[in-house]
Amino acid sequence: MRVSVEPDLASFRTVARGLLALGEPPERVLFEEARARQGSLLAVGAPVTELAPARGPAPAVPRDFLGLAEQVACHRDSGRWALLYRVLWRLTHGERQLLEVDSDVDVHRLRMMERAVRRDAHKMTAFVRFRRVERDGVEHFIAWHRPDHLIVRHVAPFFVRRFPSMRWSILTPDACVHWDLERLSFGDGVSRSEAPEGDALETLWGTYYASIFNPARLNVRAMRAELPKKHWPTLPEARLIPELVRRAPTRTSAMVAPVREVSAATAWLPERRELPALAEAARACQACPLHERATQAVFGEGPVGAALMLVGEQPGDWEDREGRPFVGPAGQLLDEVLGRAGLKRSELYVTNAVKHFGWTPGEGGKRRLHQSPGRAEVLACRGWLEAEVAAVRPRMILALGATAAQAFLGPGFRIHLSRGQVFETPWADGWMATFHPSALLRMPDPRKRAEARIHFEADLRSAAEWLRRLPRAP
Amino acid sequence: MDVRQKLQILADAAKYDASCASSGGKREPAPPEGLGSVERSGICHSYTPDGRCVSLLKVLLTNFCVYDCQYCVNRISSDTPRARFTPEEVVGLTLDFYRRNYIEGLFLSSGVLKGPDYTMEQMVQVARLLREEHAFHGYIHLKAVPGASPELIAQAGRYADRLSANIELPTEADLKRLAPEKSLAVTGRTMGEIHARLEQAKAERAQSPKAPRFAPAGQSTQMIVGATPSPDAAILDTAHRLYTRFGLKRVYYSAYSPIPRSDVRLPAKSPPLVREHRLYQADWLLRFYGFRVGELAPPEQPDLPLDVDPKLAWALRRRDMFPVDLNRAPRELLLRVPGLGVRTVDRVVRIRRWHAVTLADLVRLKVPLRRARPFIVTADWRPTLLLDTERLVERVRPASQLSLFEASASAHSGEL
Repeated sequence: MRVSVEPDLASFRTVARGLLALGEPPERVLFEEARARQGSLLAVGAPVTELAPARGPAPAVPRDFLGLAEQVACHRDSGRWALLYRVLWRLTHGERQLLEVDSDVDVHRLRMMERAVRRDAHKMTAFVRFRRVERDGVEHFIAWHRPDHLIVRHVAPFFVRRFPSMRWSILTPDACVHWDLERLSFGDGVSRSEAPEGDALETLWGTYYASIFNPARLNVRAMRAELPKKHWPTLPEARLIPELVRRAPTRTSAMVAPVREVSAATAWLPERRELPALAEAARACQACPLHERATQAVFGEGPVGAALMLVGEQPGDWEDREGRPFVGPAGQLLDEVLGRAGLKRSELYVTNAVKHFGWTPGEGGKRRLHQSPGRAEVLACRGWLEAEVAAVRPRMILALGATAAQAFLGPGFRIHLSRGQVFETPWADGWMATFHPSALLRMPDPRKRAEARIHFEADLRSAAEWLRRLPRAP
Repeated sequence: MDVRQKLQILADAAKYDASCASSGGKREPAPPEGLGSVERSGICHSYTPDGRCVSLLKVLLTNFCVYDCQYCVNRISSDTPRARFTPEEVVGLTLDFYRRNYIEGLFLSSGVLKGPDYTMEQMVQVARLLREEHAFHGYIHLKAVPGASPELIAQAGRYADRLSANIELPTEADLKRLAPEKSLAVTGRTMGEIHARLEQAKAERAQSPKAPRFAPAGQSTQMIVGATPSPDAAILDTAHRLYTRFGLKRVYYSAYSPIPRSDVRLPAKSPPLVREHRLYQADWLLRFYGFRVGELAPPEQPDLPLDVDPKLAWALRRRDMFPVDLNRAPRELLLRVPGLGVRTVDRVVRIRRWHAVTLADLVRLKVPLRRARPFIVTADWRPTLLLDTERLVERVRPASQLSLFEASASAHSGEL
C-alpha cells in the first residue's frame, strides 16, 4: 500500500492512525513524502491510497515516543516515516517497552536521527549571526544560516524567547522565519544573496575573537570537530582562523621566554659559513658522543637558495655508509612521493636535524639498530641546522617527523595536532611538519599505514602548492 | 584609547582563564521589551583554534592590578599594556554582541584596583546596569574578589547567574610562593559567604517561589595546574574539599600557560594539557562515579598517569574486582568498568531488564570494546586469562598516542 505524508509530524500521525486502524503491518506500507511525489508522477506502482480518518481513541503509546518522533520528523532522511511507523507498530503489538532498549536496531537508528537533529538545532541556536540593517529608520536583524535538517520551525521559538524586542529574520535554503515583535511567520527558502553582506560590528567581534585565543593551546582538530567547515562561510570570525593558526607557534615561542640554550656545535662552526665550508667542518664535529660510533657525519645536500628545505631526523644505516642523506629505503619512498607532488630532489636542500648515525647493536651483534636521538643530541647539533638554514635561506621548511619539528619549535610541538598546517616561523615564511618517511615504513597496522601515507602525500602536495603560489623573490 | 583597543588588551588579558561556560542555569524569559534568555544547556557560540568554546564575552574591567601574583600577566610588576573599561562600555559591548547572537552573556573579571571592595563595586555596577536599565536576561558570570564585603557579594549574587572566587593554587605553600597577597583563608571566607547565601536563597524559595534568586547557576572556582610542583593528589584533595564544603558546581583546572616575560621560578614550557585533561577525568570520577581521591591518586603514586585514563589505571591496579558481569552487577560496580560512562551504564541497566546484554548491544551503545572487554562478562563473552597477563596494559591502552582532540571531546562530556 502506498500512502502519502506531508513532511510534518501532524500529517504522519493522521496517516499512522489510519494505518493502525486498518491493521496494516509496516512491511506492507510504502511511505511517500508529498513533496517528493510531485517529481515522480509518472512512476509506475500501486496508486496512492487515501486513508479514511481513523475513528475511536488513538492507540496508547509511551510518552517518550512522541518527543522522539517530533525530533525525528525534522530529519532530512525520507526513510524516517517508515522507520517511525515500524517502531510504532512494534510498540502497539506486544513490545511496549521497546524504547527502553537503546541497543535495538530500529530504536538505535531512531536515536541516531534524534541526535543528529538535536545537534543541528543546537548548532543553529549557536551559529546564527544576525546582521543589523535599517529599513525606513527601523532596525531589523537578518541572518543567513544553512542547517542540515528541516529544523527552522522547530528552533524558531527559541529565538523568540531570546530576542523578543528585536525585529529579526532567519533565512535558510529550506525555509525562512520572521519575527515582527508580535508574531512569527514562515516563508519558503531563499538563496544567500537575499541576506545582507556585513555589519559594522564585525570588526569589533573579530578583535575579541582573535584576542581571546591562547596560541599556547593550539588544537585545530578539536576546533574543527565543533565548528564544522560548512558553517564557516556564515561566521564572520571564521575568516580570521587561518592567520591565527599560522602565527600561533611563533607567538607561543615568544611567550615561552626565549631562553635559547647554546648549541655545543657552535664551537665547531667555521669562520666562513658557506655550505661547502660547513660540510667540511662538520666532518670533525665532536659536539656529542654520537660521532664515536658513526662512520661519518652526513651533512645536508642541495643548492644555495633552494626554495624548499627538507629536514629529517638522523642518518640511518645506509646514509651512514654512503655519507649522503636519504639514500636508504626511506629516501626511496621520499623520492617517489616528491615526484608525484611535482618536486625534484635536485632542486631541494635535504638534511637531518642530527648529523651522526646513532645505533645500538642488534641480537648477535650483526645488525646496527637505529636509535632515535634524544633532546641532548638534537640541541648539540642544532648549531649546524641553524647554519644551514642561514646559508640556504629557503622560502619554506618541511620538517619530517617529530624530532625534526621539535628541533625548530621546541619540545612542546605536537605533530599529531599540527601536521600539515603551514606556519610562519623565524626560520622561513612557510614552515610545515609532516610524518617521517621511515615512520610510514615502520607502522605495523596496515590501515594506519595507508592512512598516514595518504596524509604524507597530501602534505607534500600542499607544500608544493604553497610554493607555487608564492610571489617570486625580489 | 578607543573601545577596540581596550577590547584587544582586556580580552587578551582574560585568555588564560579557563573557567568559562554558560551552563547550569535557567532564568525566566525576558519581558517583551527585554533581551536574552538562559536555558538548560548553555551554548558555545564559536570556537577558537585552541578548541575552546566562546560562549561569553570574557573580559576584564581593567588589567591594572595592585597584586603581584607571579603566574599572572597582569601583576603589578609586569610591563604589559594597560587599559580600563568604563561600566557603560562593557554594557554596550555586551548588548551589541548579544543582539547579533555572537555570545550567550558576559563573564566579567578584573584586576584588583585600590582594594577588593572598590573592584567588586565596579563589577556589580556593570551587572546592575544590564539587568535593571536594559532588562537583560542573558547569562552573567561575575568574579567575586576574595575579601570583598558581604553586602557586595549579596548584590553580586542578585544580578549574576554564577559567581566564582578563584582559589588559584592548590596549597597554602604554593600561594605563599607565587601569590603573596592571597591566602586560602581569605578566598575560603568569600566562598563560604557565597555558599551561605546560596543555601539561604534555596530555603527561602522552598517557602515562596517569589523569593529573590541568588546566583542560580551556583559558584565555581579555578585552579592553575603545573605552575608549582604540587602533585595531582594535593590538587584533587583541595578540589574535593571545596566541593563538599562550599557546594561548588565546578572546579576548573587550567594548565599553566606561559606568560610573556615571566618570573624565572615558573616553567617556561607549553601548558601541560594532558595533565589538565586527566584532572578533569578524575574530578568527574569523584563527583559522579563514587571514587575517592585515595583510589585515583594513592600516596605511593600521587600523580595521575598520563598514558591511560584514571579509571583504567585504577582498574589495572585492582584486577581482583573484575570481571564484572554486565547482566548481574549493581550499578555502582558497572560505573567502575573502564569504558562505561554514566549514560551507558544507565542504558545497560534498562536494557538488561528486557534481554540479556551481549557484545553486539555494546557495539551499538558505542562502548570502546578494546578497553572494556578484559573487564566484563556478557551473555556471549567471558574474558579468559586476559586479566592475569602481564601485557594487559598494552592491550587496553589507546592504540595511538593520546590525542588531545579526544581529550578535549571527553573533557566536555566527562564520559570515561
